[in-house]
Amino acid sequence: MMERVDLESLFLQFLALWFVAIGGPSTIFPEIHRYLVEVHHLLTEKEFAELYTLAQVAPGPNVMYVILIGWHLAGWWGVGATTIPLLVPASTLTLLVGHLNQRYPDAPIGRALRSGLTPVTIGLVLASATILMRTVNHDWRGYLITLITVGVVLKKSCNPLWLLAAGALAGVAGFV
Amino acid sequence: MNDTGASDPCVSRLALFLTFSQISLSSFGGAIFWARRALVERRRWLTDREFLDLLALGQLLPGPNVLNVTVMVGYRFRGWTGSAAAVAGFLGWPCLLAVALGVLYQQYGALPLVQKALGGMSSIVAGLLLATVIKLATALPRRPKPWVFVFLAFTAVGIFRWPLLWVIGMLAPLAVFVAWNEMK
Repeated sequence: MMERVDLESLFLQFLALWFVAIGGPSTIFPEIHRYLVEVHHLLTEKEFAELYTLAQVAPGPNVMYVILIGWHLAGWWGVGATTIPLLVPASTLTLLVGHLNQRYPDAPIGRALRSGLTPVTIGLVLASATILMRTVNHDWRGYLITLITVGVVLKKSCNPLWLLAAGALAGVAGFV
Repeated sequence: MNDTGASDPCVSRLALFLTFSQISLSSFGGAIFWARRALVERRRWLTDREFLDLLALGQLLPGPNVLNVTVMVGYRFRGWTGSAAAVAGFLGWPCLLAVALGVLYQQYGALPLVQKALGGMSSIVAGLLLATVIKLATALPRRPKPWVFVFLAFTAVGIFRWPLLWVIGMLAPLAVFVAWNEMK
């Protein structure tokens, strides 16, 4: 099928990536693409895009695309080599900082960090949302569906699974 | 504000595992929407403000941001074993599901009908993320300075597509510095 995957370097690569992955899985998306597709030719461009799309619309957090790629590359060992590294920063740095944040909720530096970073976070997520919007929508009909979704979600808290089902139907019916 | 433990609901490890399983398994295209819905709206374990605080920290720390929130919420209610329970719920199912998807993908590749359905759903997914951000933004203070940083972060990454690490490296210290000065 493809050249043999070097699990050890895959593991180390992802470990390094997750330590700089400030902002979450979408941050390192371009790096993962470069490593797997351009440098090591472990995946084709098309395979990479399809695996990413599949993970995006399946239930599960964004990071699932990494797990799915791991499985596709090397089965269970690939899942381990790509998934264990993402736990490392979360279980060390995050526990430590979360602990300090909870222990000293009113420490001035903590308050400054949080009130300073919250707007930056909102701006970054807004950027991700618009990039995603431009990636998935090819013409005005896609944008229309996206905007209707925003309106419905802001007006009432209906279960979004219904919206997704409606989106799937619209797609199958050839609307987008 | 004096004692964080006083207002916390009693949350068991099993509840953490189940809630984060539910968040994870219902997360279509990004977990922030579902995490907020479960933790703030349904369970009322956190207020909007607390959720934003944790999300901002989760975003600042390296790694998947909602996974970082998972770790911190688990830790807050039940210490590190609570974190482990929450993470097991949050990551365990996606691992199994990813394997199942991987098998299906290798078997069936890309059928035209499936591709069309995926296309329609992805437009909805973008709308869900956008709506979440709008809801989160309503919790921001009504002062101009925070909104300047919303604008700068959005423009740098969303419009100019500058590398995220640079943008965070420039904006984060500046934003914290401004907030620090405002507190005095």
